[in-house]
Amino acid sequence: MKILVTNEDLCVACYLCEEVCSHAWFKQVNRSKSSIRITALGNAEIGMAVCSQCGECIDVCPTGAISRDKIGVVRIDKKLCVGCLSCVGFCPTLTMYYHDDYVEPFKCISCGICAKECPAGALSIETVEDAPVTVTERRK
Amino acid sequence: MPAPLITPQRMEALKAGHQVLAEFHYEPRPVDKGYAGQTLYVNVSDNTIAAKPVDDRMKHTFTGGRGFDLWLLWNAVTGKTRWDSSENEVVISAGPIGGTTQYPGTGKSIAAAISPLTGTVVDSNVGGYFGPLLKFAGFDAIEVQGIADREVIVFVDGNAGLVQIMTAPEESVNTYELAEEMVALFGKTPEEKRGVSSVTSGVGAGHSLIGCLNLSFYDIRRQVARLKQAGRGGIGTVLRHKKVKAVVVKWVGLKGDSLHPDDLPTMQQVGAKMHREIYERDPIMFTMRYDGTNHLTKVMNDYDILPVHNFQYGAHPEAVKIYSPEFVKFFSLGIPDGCWYGCTLACAKCAEGFEIYTGPHKGERVTVDGPEYETVAGIGANCGIWDAHAVLEANFYCDTYGIDTISFGTGLAFAMECYEAGILNKQITGGLELNFGNAGAMLEVLHQIGRGEGFGVTVGQGIRRMKQIFAEQVGADPKFLQDIGMECKGLEYSEYVTKESLAQQGGYGLANKGPQHDEAWLIFMDAVNNQIPTFEDKAEALHYFPMWRTFFGLNGLCKLPWNDVEPAANRVDYKGIQAAKVPEHVQNYVDLFRAITGRTDIQTGEDLVAMSEKVYNFQRLFNLKMGYGTREHDAIPYRSVGPVTNKEYESRAERYDKQLRELAGIDPDGMTTDQKRLALRRYREDQYEKLVDAVYKRRGWNEQGIPTLQKVRELGIDYPDVVTLVEKHS
Repeated sequence: MKILVTNEDLCVACYLCEEVCSHAWFKQVNRSKSSIRITALGNAEIGMAVCSQCGECIDVCPTGAISRDKIGVVRIDKKLCVGCLSCVGFCPTLTMYYHDDYVEPFKCISCGICAKECPAGALSIETVEDAPVTVTERRK
Repeated sequence: MPAPLITPQRMEALKAGHQVLAEFHYEPRPVDKGYAGQTLYVNVSDNTIAAKPVDDRMKHTFTGGRGFDLWLLWNAVTGKTRWDSSENEVVISAGPIGGTTQYPGTGKSIAAAISPLTGTVVDSNVGGYFGPLLKFAGFDAIEVQGIADREVIVFVDGNAGLVQIMTAPEESVNTYELAEEMVALFGKTPEEKRGVSSVTSGVGAGHSLIGCLNLSFYDIRRQVARLKQAGRGGIGTVLRHKKVKAVVVKWVGLKGDSLHPDDLPTMQQVGAKMHREIYERDPIMFTMRYDGTNHLTKVMNDYDILPVHNFQYGAHPEAVKIYSPEFVKFFSLGIPDGCWYGCTLACAKCAEGFEIYTGPHKGERVTVDGPEYETVAGIGANCGIWDAHAVLEANFYCDTYGIDTISFGTGLAFAMECYEAGILNKQITGGLELNFGNAGAMLEVLHQIGRGEGFGVTVGQGIRRMKQIFAEQVGADPKFLQDIGMECKGLEYSEYVTKESLAQQGGYGLANKGPQHDEAWLIFMDAVNNQIPTFEDKAEALHYFPMWRTFFGLNGLCKLPWNDVEPAANRVDYKGIQAAKVPEHVQNYVDLFRAITGRTDIQTGEDLVAMSEKVYNFQRLFNLKMGYGTREHDAIPYRSVGPVTNKEYESRAERYDKQLRELAGIDPDGMTTDQKRLALRRYREDQYEKLVDAVYKRRGWNEQGIPTLQKVRELGIDYPDVVTLVEKHS
């Protein structure tokens, strides 16, 4: 499956990835609408938070709005989503996001736009071993 | 096969039987700040349908949910109305928070009616999608009045703006089939199916007074209409008497802002925080997501609170056989189990492919929800049935026959004790050996209720009537029956032993509808942790907690996310009773209520309690209107207070001897068990009366338990007929 891989050692916390992400998906430069989050942790340490495409949210969604696409990316069908935010609370990596301006949550879909723009080479799209099949997928 | 198969031929047969008797068209309009702004009135006697406006006074006085139910029912009935009178209604409402998707436990419906068991108003809180979908369809509540001359369905299509009463001669009566038929008839795609919810009952509800309502919710993964029950008080019996097979609502289009709240971001913030708290805390607290409410069976057995053999004892060595793991092995886990969207506490567990051994479904593999703790404790421990499969099978049949598992379990436990005491025998029971532990006999009683025959019909009348029948027809000692028959106000007790908690004796005895634990559960606070030692302390708890918990019923809320999970800091930041109130969660509800309704006058938890106090007192006065609601109706059976028999006394002799010595000032040495038991009884019964005095005083009621005129005026419930009623009884 395709995932966005982060390298904290290379990140310079310029926040460009957050800006291009929010611009790509919400047509605004607004870091609180980004699906990747950079945090300066102090002592020159930087945290990079992005969805691992683990798919645990698939089994939490009450309407079946979350599923995995053909390349293994976990996506939200906004038409089915009822904005309950269960997936936000139950995300193991805290990388399902929501914003006051929207009813539905949002997440990284491994589009790679941020990786292309990252000046430090701290982001890359890579193909990794598929995540374990979820209970929901097994039942289909 | 996950659900009963509805063949195309069957569908055609169902449709062919439908004749529209009445139609009502309305303009669908969005919910505004949690309210639809009107209620729906349906009369199946004369086939009239109408919408009634909801004004600001109704909102501010009764809030919604149970409050709206009570107000609508109050105006529909007189003091002479009986449960089977035409003017009696089944009323269902969700309340302003009902239908929230962001916060767990926000999809409850509250049903009410004049009860066949108690003769007065009863309310019952239930999951499933009906109440919220009804609101989004355009109605804050539905009243179903009248008695149809043939079997009918009431159908509300919220997208089309259409309400119909139609004949339904071909549909099943039992819910297991009927709920699936309603989904198949009114929903085609998965999205439409989850937009359909039905209120149904079953044949057992028609043959007993302990009928429940089933409210459905369509599970898109298991592809089945799952069921939650409004169990208490026989509301299903009322629906069956009306010849209403189903009340169905359809509304498709749910989104996170469908309530059109005043402040969506606050709802999202509070909700996301709560989901995270459940993610982190539930696995190390009560494991509701995994075990459901039956995790409690072990806890109650450990603390000597699990009702065993008709509440004689509080624990049993074989209880381990009905602990959670014995049921979890039947469940399909790892997928959502909330009975409304966004309930991540997800206690509604589900057994798929469960094999049935008896009755009309013998040999089939079925889907069944549960069992809840109450069912396990009532049908299992209380009847001495240490057999998980039998309990779950009984759960299935109770649901599909439309029977309340609590009244069934407590009622059968009473009959079993009568059998073991020699009051009943095989001749009287028609050959049933009703010893504690006889699972086969338990299931046969249930099937007899379903068929409307045999001794099962007697059990289905409930304990109050069984006491009368056994005294009059079998010559049993009425005093002994009164002592061991676990009912108050005509309603069977739910499943907690209260002998060691005076406060919880009041929690049950002083509850408006009868002994159900949804008003107060004070056993740990009182008997285990000794945090409310004085009468005044207990009275304060019996003011605060019933009022606080009433808030859930007014707003379409489940109680569980309030205190069946707690923030990590709760027991650090707060101690004792304050910790038991879970202040952070109370604030969540303040935030939610304000965010949805935009009511800026609601600022603290005390404001929520004040909201409830209006409705709570109104319900007490409703009891008065129906000929009850006074002190004698708060009397409780001695089995809930202390040991009725010497055997019971001797089973905990050390505890009781100590209490005689230390609390009653009586030296038990040299006394016979009879003497000690009677001395303890005098002491404990006196304690209960003192508790009642203290609680009435705290609640602003006179010594007869009637709210004073001053209190009625303070609360703003001084409607002319309320004032007249109070003055008449002053």
